[in-house]
Amino acid sequence: MPTPIDAASLGIDFGHLAPEIILTLAAITVVLVDLVARDKRVLAWLSALGVAMAGGAAVWLWTSDASGTSYSGIVITDLFGTMFKLIVLGGTLLAILFSPAYVERRLSRFHGEYYGLLLLATVGMMLLVSMGELISIVLALEIQTFALVALIALLKDAKSTESALKFLLLSAVATAVMLYGMAILFGLTGTTFIADMPGVVAERVAEGGLANNLALILAAVLLIVGFGFKISSVPFQMWVPPVYEGAPTPIVGYFSVVSKAAGFAVLMRVFIVVLEQAGLDLLDWPLLIGVLAIASMTIGNVVAIIQTNIKRLLAYSTIAQAGYILIGVAVMGNGGANVYELATSGVIFYLAAYTFSNLAAFGALIALSRPNSNDSIEELTGGYSRSPLAAIVLTVALISLVGLPPTGLFVGKIYLFYGAVQGDLWWLALAGALNSFVSAYYYLRPVRRLWQSGGPADVASDTARSFSLRASMVVSLIGVIILGIVPFWLISRATEASASFTP
Amino acid sequence: MQPFDGLITLIVFLPVAGAAVIAVAGREQMLVRRIALGAMILNLILATYAWLSYSANGPIIEQLGQYGSNPWIPGVNASYLLTIDGLSMPLVFLTALLGVVAVLGSWHVKERVREYHVWLLMLLTGVQGVFVAGDLLLFFLFWEVELVPMYFLIAMWGTGHREYSAMKFVLYTLFGSAFMLVGVLALRFAIGSFDMGAMTLAGQEGTLRAAFLSMDVIFLMFLAAFAIKLPVWPLHTWLPDAHTDAPTAVSVLLAGVLLKMGGYGLIRINVGMFPSEMEQWAPLLVIFSVVSILYGAAVVFRQTDLKRLVAYSSVSHMGLVLLGVASLGAVSVTGAALQMFAHGTITGLLFLVVGIIYENAHTRHIPDLGGLFSRMPVVGAVFVFAGLASLGLPLLSGFAAELMVFLGSFDAYPWQTAFAVLGIVLTAGYILWTVERVLLGPLKERWNSVKDASPADFVAMALLVLPIIIVGVYPALVADVFRDAVTLLVGGG
Repeated sequence: MPTPIDAASLGIDFGHLAPEIILTLAAITVVLVDLVARDKRVLAWLSALGVAMAGGAAVWLWTSDASGTSYSGIVITDLFGTMFKLIVLGGTLLAILFSPAYVERRLSRFHGEYYGLLLLATVGMMLLVSMGELISIVLALEIQTFALVALIALLKDAKSTESALKFLLLSAVATAVMLYGMAILFGLTGTTFIADMPGVVAERVAEGGLANNLALILAAVLLIVGFGFKISSVPFQMWVPPVYEGAPTPIVGYFSVVSKAAGFAVLMRVFIVVLEQAGLDLLDWPLLIGVLAIASMTIGNVVAIIQTNIKRLLAYSTIAQAGYILIGVAVMGNGGANVYELATSGVIFYLAAYTFSNLAAFGALIALSRPNSNDSIEELTGGYSRSPLAAIVLTVALISLVGLPPTGLFVGKIYLFYGAVQGDLWWLALAGALNSFVSAYYYLRPVRRLWQSGGPADVASDTARSFSLRASMVVSLIGVIILGIVPFWLISRATEASASFTP
Repeated sequence: MQPFDGLITLIVFLPVAGAAVIAVAGREQMLVRRIALGAMILNLILATYAWLSYSANGPIIEQLGQYGSNPWIPGVNASYLLTIDGLSMPLVFLTALLGVVAVLGSWHVKERVREYHVWLLMLLTGVQGVFVAGDLLLFFLFWEVELVPMYFLIAMWGTGHREYSAMKFVLYTLFGSAFMLVGVLALRFAIGSFDMGAMTLAGQEGTLRAAFLSMDVIFLMFLAAFAIKLPVWPLHTWLPDAHTDAPTAVSVLLAGVLLKMGGYGLIRINVGMFPSEMEQWAPLLVIFSVVSILYGAAVVFRQTDLKRLVAYSSVSHMGLVLLGVASLGAVSVTGAALQMFAHGTITGLLFLVVGIIYENAHTRHIPDLGGLFSRMPVVGAVFVFAGLASLGLPLLSGFAAELMVFLGSFDAYPWQTAFAVLGIVLTAGYILWTVERVLLGPLKERWNSVKDASPADFVAMALLVLPIIIVGVYPALVADVFRDAVTLLVGGG
């Protein structure tokens, strides 16, 4: 039952929202300092510091094993949410580190706006993973969407503006559909608090109204549409390629991982928790998610093959990667508590490894791109002679995205497929493995170009010399390889996180 | 001799350690070559040491603590476990030996020497790992490790349609390993860990059962991966392309040890863990093997590219491995394993010689060659020697292996074996014809300035000539080691 709101039970706990509060303050500080700072580079370091402090707060939440609800049940604090906050913050930190060179060159008029909006979008995503109430979830979603729209449009050229508009309109549609689903859910249960829903749903289902069941299915399908958009799963992926092509490269890298991670977190939190309890007979939702997973992987991988633009290639790649992760989500609903935990930690590990791999790829692309780049794959030719570090990083990142050892996503795939086989969905594991085989074709082509000699013999672009860019590339490279060789530390943490999440 | 702690680990990871040293310190070409050569010679010494300790003390096992106590992926129960038994030992030695040969055979590589050797050494780590993995997930990991180095080596340092061939190689292997991965996971749930020893034990007892997939399906999933790698007709089409376009040393390794991964997997997993399924599918596999032997040999006659010619002869010879394995007798399977070892040295040597000819004459087009004997007597002699070994001349290693395969399989499949023996006739035909076209006849004017083998080539060739003679004269040296492991899997003695 909804918690009655009164002063005594408000449960305001600044500690549980410490990362978000710190980051909001950092965003405000960045915008203010922008007004007075001469050397705009300080903004990047200030933002990085803010993210690091928020990360410190999240680590503190983790180590103090903070759990429970606060703000009268709106905010849920558990290891699951904290883990996702750490992934989101890690991705943001890497993205901020590889931004300065690009911002300097392409967005020199918008230093303050760039970093301020980036931090605000991150705040939205962090709220998203810890919200336990539907209306607040929509609010958090909107915070990040609007910040992202502005960031996408920041280049102010035709492509960038067009993709921002596309993103805005399609976001609005997706949110509307999601809201509709939420409204039905509210109508069925009389509450907007996720924690209360499973009990109510189970009760109504037990009472046996088939009509209720149908409405619940409708709500579930509408929610799949809404969240499917956020995680860029087929068939809600049409916004991805144009936005990737038009938006500033660091922003694409940023939201390709961070926004996806947050999307998966909220999908699991709302969707699974409710449906897990519902005992739906009419809708085999693990099967439905499984079909979406196969569609995402296959369409993403097959269409990626014909791309000539590296950013579009990575756009289709991210659609395919969403498909792999959806395998884990499907498995969550298809077995006992044991499989559930395994699949949840599989999704977490995969997202962490994907964060490093994809950001490594985008960092290297920024380092390799030329001032008037058109982002074609051809342009990567001779990349090794221009910037050896970037070439190595991009090579390892793409090998990881294929899922070949010794990289993080090799372990991530094994771990996800292992869960699928245990959850009696071996055909999903086979589909995933076959898709890795297809993806090798397009991931290895750019790699080949990099190491080829020839290409325009111009000097290394100024971006490749940026210290922070190099640092972020090295960090992601180490992350990809560490997760591939000694994955057990993170997997143990991911298992703890998923144990806290088991309903 | 006692094995010391970490012996296998050292054998597996020494090449990649060498690669790391080269990546950091290899500024000069000569230094790179010396580091690579040093690492592989040390590897060969360690492999020899392991062999000695194997013959004194039997199989070597290496793990981190108790199996399963330090899981690589918690919850999945994959652990670090390496074993060398009779089946792995000769192949580990072969890999180390061909590693030395490959480095020596790369002496003429002039472009990007540093990166070339880094990839070459990483490739060797992957192959060694496949032969010694005692944990099925580790086996799968090493199986995949070899892909990227191979892709680069062919696509960057190859010739002709190198990008196409490199990609074809990767895609074929990955297609097979997609199925293998599901098989690996299914077996994990059948016995509760990835311990290959436990799986083999359960398989031999007939208690290996997966919950949701029939054992036939799992068997076929592994078979798909290994049949592509071996390769078996009609899955062989990647092989001629990859061989033709790969640089010399990589062709040597591809024929010498990479194909053996397929044969090794067939014996270790399909025969070892699925004895009853293997028995059921064997008649079909025998037919495929006979087709491979005859088709490979027949197609050789139409080849005009020297390397492609040797590549198709590989298809034919690896068909013999499948014939021996599918006949499922102690003699025939031991013969198949011995054929893997023999083929590794003989075809490795053939590719090396062809590479030297190409390096000096800059063409592999057979009609353009001719009369080279007078210009390159050493290379010519070794070519003839390798050719004779390949066609199964007694007292050379190929003879013993083929004899064992045919003797072993004749009992079970007399007609099929009789057809397969025709392959030997064809082999004799194309080997002699090729020798005639390339080495004999009048010397064409344009080859007047062709040089003979360099010192590095000479040492590399000698390293392969020796085992061909030794194993040919005294096959039991290797065959007995293989038989130790094979009899445990197929019975007999």
